Amino acid sequence: MTATKAIHLAYPFTEEAVRALHAGEQVLVSGKVFTGRDRFHKHFADGGALPFDFRDAALFHCGPVVVQEGAKWRVVAAGPTTSVRENPYEPAFIAASGVRLIIGKGGMDKATLDACARHGAVYLQAVGGAAALTAQTVRRVVDVKFLEEWGAAEACWQFEMHEFPCVVAMDAHGGDLFAAVRERSAKTLANLLSFN
Amino acid sequence: MTLHEKLLELIANTASHLPADATAALEEAASREEAGSAAEMILRTLLANAALAAASRTPMCQDTGTLTFFVPHALRGAVTPEAIAAAVREATAKGLLRRNTIDSATGRSYDDNTAPGAPVIHYTDSSTRTIRLLMKGGGSENMSTQFSLPDATIAAGRDLEGVRRAILHAVHRAQGYGCAPGILGVCIGGDRATGYECAKLQLLRDLADRNPDAALAALEERTLAEANTLGIGPMGLGGRTSLLGVKIAARPRVPASFFVTCAYLCWAARRGSIEI
Repeated sequence: MTATKAIHLAYPFTEEAVRALHAGEQVLVSGKVFTGRDRFHKHFADGGALPFDFRDAALFHCGPVVVQEGAKWRVVAAGPTTSVRENPYEPAFIAASGVRLIIGKGGMDKATLDACARHGAVYLQAVGGAAALTAQTVRRVVDVKFLEEWGAAEACWQFEMHEFPCVVAMDAHGGDLFAAVRERSAKTLANLLSFN
Repeated sequence: MTLHEKLLELIANTASHLPADATAALEEAASREEAGSAAEMILRTLLANAALAAASRTPMCQDTGTLTFFVPHALRGAVTPEAIAAAVREATAKGLLRRNTIDSATGRSYDDNTAPGAPVIHYTDSSTRTIRLLMKGGGSENMSTQFSLPDATIAAGRDLEGVRRAILHAVHRAQGYGCAPGILGVCIGGDRATGYECAKLQLLRDLADRNPDAALAALEERTLAEANTLGIGPMGLGGRTSLLGVKIAARPRVPASFFVTCAYLCWAARRGSIEI
């Protein structure tokens, strides 16, 4: 991995800006970020209407801890959740919504990687467990949908984020950091165990 | 301070304070990574997050985990399951713990984090007056694994070389999914249940301690060094540190069984203690 300086990405995340990214680069995400995890993806797969306009925005696999203060919401903790559970739905969601950034933890499958290349999107790895720090990058809670039906962790939140640190893990050119690390580590393991 | 207040303090501290040895290990790992790399950025973010959580006394991770209390038998009269449950209920109400306890048959949430079997309490034969608490998140728990040797798929026989092979395969299978760089607690032997119990107990050890058994100490050092050549790195994105520690213990077994149990703990190694 080469030394890089973080690239600032601000909403609207254009196709051009997203296609210029490469796996391994560090980014700071500012602007329109929606949360959506298991219930949201099931809702979409069942033919439900999208609650927001996701075009050129970001989808964050996250179940935040939020507290209500008067009429406003404050985010206390907001780390990424494991993304593989959304593999069956993400390619169709990327195609239908025009979303540019998928943010989560652990990476996604080849079908999602292919959808990123086809439609001009990237998968960003947020820092797992860094929930207190990530919550501080949420500048404002703009809106929320499905709060009553799904509860606070599953609801679809609209955040205004500021310099949310992530790493490009899957790019729009077929680059997949997780796959590369898996392959390389398998070779090292085979070497370690073949002579001792 | 009343017992209730002490138990509440234990929960709050454990959720928000990264132990000094884990902090030191993450700092050392950050200094080993290439300056400006994604691996270094992730490690620095983890450290900044831990500092913020401690200063603001908020949970460092949104998954506040399975609560496992270790209580010396001598304290059993005072530190009852009911006393611990009362502290857990209050900590949950105060937002120190996420609503994190689900009825596995019905899917219903136990909103106060208490139910038959939750939290987990072990009464130990320790002669101290120290209560210990481990808060282990689900992401790392999903990466724990148990081998039954011999295991032809990893060419592991019933000796320490077989144990070494099992450990390295466990680290490789976990990749970054358990929030690497993590800590591996290992039990050689026991039965399936005591194997996991003993492996988890190793996660309470200080990262800088030295195993009194020379052979196990050597195996800990060797497997840690080898695991860190795998290049898995922080969060599985590549890097020089994949594990912060390997801690191994052995338990007696029956002739027919030879288990190697590996308990994976994420970098947010939330283990706390308090004197009663």
